[in-house]
Amino acid sequence: MSDRLNVLKTYKLYVGGKFPRSESGRVYEVTTAASAADAAEKGKWLANAPLSSRKDARDAVVAARKAFGGWSGATAYNRGQVLYRVAEMLEGRRSQFVREVAQAEGLSKSKAAEAVEAAIDRWVWYAGWTDKIAQIVGGANPVAGPFFNLSTPEPTGVVTVVAPQESSFLGLVSVIAPVIATGNTAVVVASEKSPLPALSLGEVLATSDVPGGVVNILSGRTREIALPLASHQDVNAIDLSGADADLARELEIAAADNLKRVLRPQPVDGDWSADPGTHRLTAFLEMKTVWHPTGTLGASGSAY
Amino acid sequence: MPTTAPAFADVTASDGALRRFLHGLPGVDTVGLEARAASLGTRSVKTTSKAYAIDLAISMIDLTTLEGADTPGKVRALCAKGANPDPTDRTTPRVAAICVYPDMAETAKEALAGTGIKVASVATAFPAGRAALPVKLADVRDAVAAGADEIDMVIDRGAFLSGHYLKVYEEIVAVKAECGDEARLKVIFETGELSTYDNIRRASWLGMLAGADFIKTSTGKVGVNATPPNTLLMLEAVRDFKAQTGIQIGVKPAGGIRTTKDAIKFLVLVNETVGEDWLTNEWFRFGASSLLNDLLMQRQKLSTGRYSGPDYVTVD
Repeated sequence: MSDRLNVLKTYKLYVGGKFPRSESGRVYEVTTAASAADAAEKGKWLANAPLSSRKDARDAVVAARKAFGGWSGATAYNRGQVLYRVAEMLEGRRSQFVREVAQAEGLSKSKAAEAVEAAIDRWVWYAGWTDKIAQIVGGANPVAGPFFNLSTPEPTGVVTVVAPQESSFLGLVSVIAPVIATGNTAVVVASEKSPLPALSLGEVLATSDVPGGVVNILSGRTREIALPLASHQDVNAIDLSGADADLARELEIAAADNLKRVLRPQPVDGDWSADPGTHRLTAFLEMKTVWHPTGTLGASGSAY
Repeated sequence: MPTTAPAFADVTASDGALRRFLHGLPGVDTVGLEARAASLGTRSVKTTSKAYAIDLAISMIDLTTLEGADTPGKVRALCAKGANPDPTDRTTPRVAAICVYPDMAETAKEALAGTGIKVASVATAFPAGRAALPVKLADVRDAVAAGADEIDMVIDRGAFLSGHYLKVYEEIVAVKAECGDEARLKVIFETGELSTYDNIRRASWLGMLAGADFIKTSTGKVGVNATPPNTLLMLEAVRDFKAQTGIQIGVKPAGGIRTTKDAIKFLVLVNETVGEDWLTNEWFRFGASSLLNDLLMQRQKLSTGRYSGPDYVTVD
């Protein structure tokens, strides 16, 4: 046995491309899952995670708004490349995520490895969608008149993502990737009891060409962070995946004030290993439709 | 010189006397000044105090547009905003003044008729101040004739930095004479170009001796604009000047103040340095443009409990 002291990791938030502590200075204890396979591993202290306040949430929205112009303006191809780069970085840190997921969810090492691999594959899958989604949901519409009528999807804006509570990594990736793939920026409220994989994901994003502010990750009490985000006038949409029925209702009411787009918890949310389909990609897109004369003007037959 | 405070009549008698006086001012303790400004910036101002501070700050704004691309339409839009900053909440106070270039002063004056909002016009070859004195005076004359209630002049930094204090002094005196009783004079030092805190202290005294009604940090056109330390230094100068002469001088930090938090820090500096006498828009102003939107968003947050966003204030 070596005498070397452990170097413990200080888990921090990821906001605007930086790693701040909570503005409040608060932390809370994160422990291993109560369902741990090994009885000795139940409820063991893992780390102190930042306990974010509503001001951290506000700062995250400012960062996300600032990043929105650049990220939504980047070409879809470029966003795909950047997201693929994230998958490359995840691959390099696989063992770390396997350990964190196993501890967080009480899984055996092989089950945790399966979840992490599925998450990386999902990230790659969404990276591929960035420059294809417009062809699927947009296009030329047939109209009863001499017009070109074209619809094209545009990102909704700043999206608050209440990440799934149970699936700390696969679920997390499954809700973040579709939001940013289409050009939105995200403020993510990590799983309350298992935030560590999410906070580590911030370190991956910071080293993989994703501009600061595109994804902002907050840990803490879900309700405390999500409520001000739901009522925030500068947040355009909210994904309620990780909210229980009562909280989802409360958040939806708060979100009504500025007509936020709301994605309610989905029935499939329990099983993140299932084929996700495209509904999460399309949930945070706005369709822009333009009408244009076809070019022939009246009887003279003149054209542009 | 009739405009010089009697207590200091002798110091402006000659270039040499003025230099001796200005260089005889105590040196600025840089570390102490910055530490004091920083520590006053840590005050926590919340709830009702914050609401008061926000309304006070709005009422102290010189809402400014000083761009080459200014059009009469843009100036009128800014005037409308100054008169009614938040159309959804009529209890929002009006700003103190609209600050424009001299050729826009007339447009602003018409647009602001009946609102009680002042028209401030920059003059004297703003922002560089590199023009002959007659040109500068004509600039001021035009602005006053167009109805400006306040003139924001720039000092000749070249003359100041090369030690020709009397030249700077006489220029301010001449501009002050041109303003007459119709316009209050704000003297801009462009603190970002004065290099040292000692120079800012000297410039402050020079401006006050020459009859400035307000001393103002910057034009907003250079890298370093209003900062808490340089504003604190100028506040100390007006405090000392009042103690010695009984004459009250206003202070206007300008440029780079964009958030409510910043504005409140400046208000704390004012209250702690010169006291409540200066906590009115008669004696303290913010030269700002984007600050107003942030104050309005914070005001909305306080009244509704929800964080507001830029979609709910005007784009200027």
